[in-house]
Amino acid sequence: MIMLKGMFARPENGRMYWREFMHQCSEIGIGSLGIVAIISVFIGAVSTIQTAYQLVSPLIPLLTIAQIVRDTVILEFAPTLVCIVLAGVAGSRIASELGNMRVSEQIDALEIMGINSRAYLILPKIVAALIMIPLLVVIAMVLGIWGGRLAGTMAGIIPANIYDKGLIEFFVPYNVYFALTKSYVFAFIISSIPAYYGYHVRGGALEIGRASTKAVVVSCVLILFADYILSALLL
Amino acid sequence: MIEVKKIQKSFNGKTIIEDVNAVMKAGQCNLIIGASGSGKTVLMKCMVGLFQPEAGEVLYDGVSFTQMNDEQQTEIRKEIGMLFQGSALFDSLNVEENILFPLNMFSSDSVARKKERVNEVLERVNLPGVNKKYPSELRGGMKKRVALARAIVLNPKYLFCDEPNSGLDPQTSLVIDKLIRDITVEYNMTTVINTHDMNSVMEIGHYILYMYQGHKEWEGSNQEIIFSKNQRLNDFIFASDFLKDAKDMRMLEQRGKIDPERNMDDLLK
Repeated sequence: MIMLKGMFARPENGRMYWREFMHQCSEIGIGSLGIVAIISVFIGAVSTIQTAYQLVSPLIPLLTIAQIVRDTVILEFAPTLVCIVLAGVAGSRIASELGNMRVSEQIDALEIMGINSRAYLILPKIVAALIMIPLLVVIAMVLGIWGGRLAGTMAGIIPANIYDKGLIEFFVPYNVYFALTKSYVFAFIISSIPAYYGYHVRGGALEIGRASTKAVVVSCVLILFADYILSALLL
Repeated sequence: MIEVKKIQKSFNGKTIIEDVNAVMKAGQCNLIIGASGSGKTVLMKCMVGLFQPEAGEVLYDGVSFTQMNDEQQTEIRKEIGMLFQGSALFDSLNVEENILFPLNMFSSDSVARKKERVNEVLERVNLPGVNKKYPSELRGGMKKRVALARAIVLNPKYLFCDEPNSGLDPQTSLVIDKLIRDITVEYNMTTVINTHDMNSVMEIGHYILYMYQGHKEWEGSNQEIIFSKNQRLNDFIFASDFLKDAKDMRMLEQRGKIDPERNMDDLLK
């Protein structure tokens, strides 16, 4: 809380902060896009195949497969699984970057220059994460559902037109709102927890590695905990 | 001028520095020396505000830095340049961007003027033409000079150097020492240097503060240190037989027992 409080100060130079914010958007957003795309497509594909495998009754219409895939991807896989992966990708990067800056006295150098290092280094990361991670989650939803469609048609499980019909039927827009709410909470966890561990590293390279690992583990646990709380409260 | 008055700092109940007083004047190199763990880095960090001392105060030109709030300290810090032991260059920025960083943050000059200033300071530290290199592409001495260029780019009134010669060969150390001394005189800065390097002590030590187990043991100039009778200081400075001999020779010169103008070539024949 003290770290977060220290972030809110008047920027020394708004343009420099904006530049750092854009840099972080690129690092967190573009830098994680590849892995998010790959995971999403395969998760959607596997969901379709496994759902079809379990729905053995001929009384259940095929389009149910599409509905199950859609809802699991939107409600759970896209926000939670992708954010757990992002905690590893973006979270460890944030922790190790700040840890390295701390150990090599770059943070002290900023402070000596009269720059609020918390505001300059941490705030742009958190704001960038709050903007880019929900966007990545939306992309993950689309790609996950598309991956399911692709696997369904390629394996001959469900024709594309029936899959598309299933996607539209009984669609609950609130699920998307719920997923986005979760992604904002997770984005805050993914950026603030590693920032805390990285910023407060003491020691050398070994401690940076430890801080990075601890940051990812704590972030993942908090994401799962927040997932449960939010599901209990909002669903 | 920087004044340190009765500074005290402890960590986890253990006193690291206690009752340290010093006056460090402008236009001269003020050296803090002492063995590892003697508290010199802690003293320097207290002086620049990275550590908050429990007692005492640090005055910059008569104004108490330790009594200031964060905003006032930030204003003073804009007049401070610091050369860190590991250079502390930003890895993701090249040399030009590193030096431009404080300018972009605090100066309203045009981009062209800022780049001109970067080239000026790079020439001042004898490193022209390395603008586009990254810190990972530079050798230790070059990194130190880039860090020095960044430290002086805003024309600071106070320059702090934390072990500027650590990890450098003797020749490069001399270059860095000379550069710091020349810049100090040229810009009339108050320079504070934390060092282990005895060569620096003898070459540029206008004022020397010797720390021993967290307190001030001795202070004086590089001329006075030769004749000091302080046993702890002598044990620290003249640790090797070679340096002890050099000291004895210097003292014999001073007492007129050896001709200071002697021709060494003749003696070596």
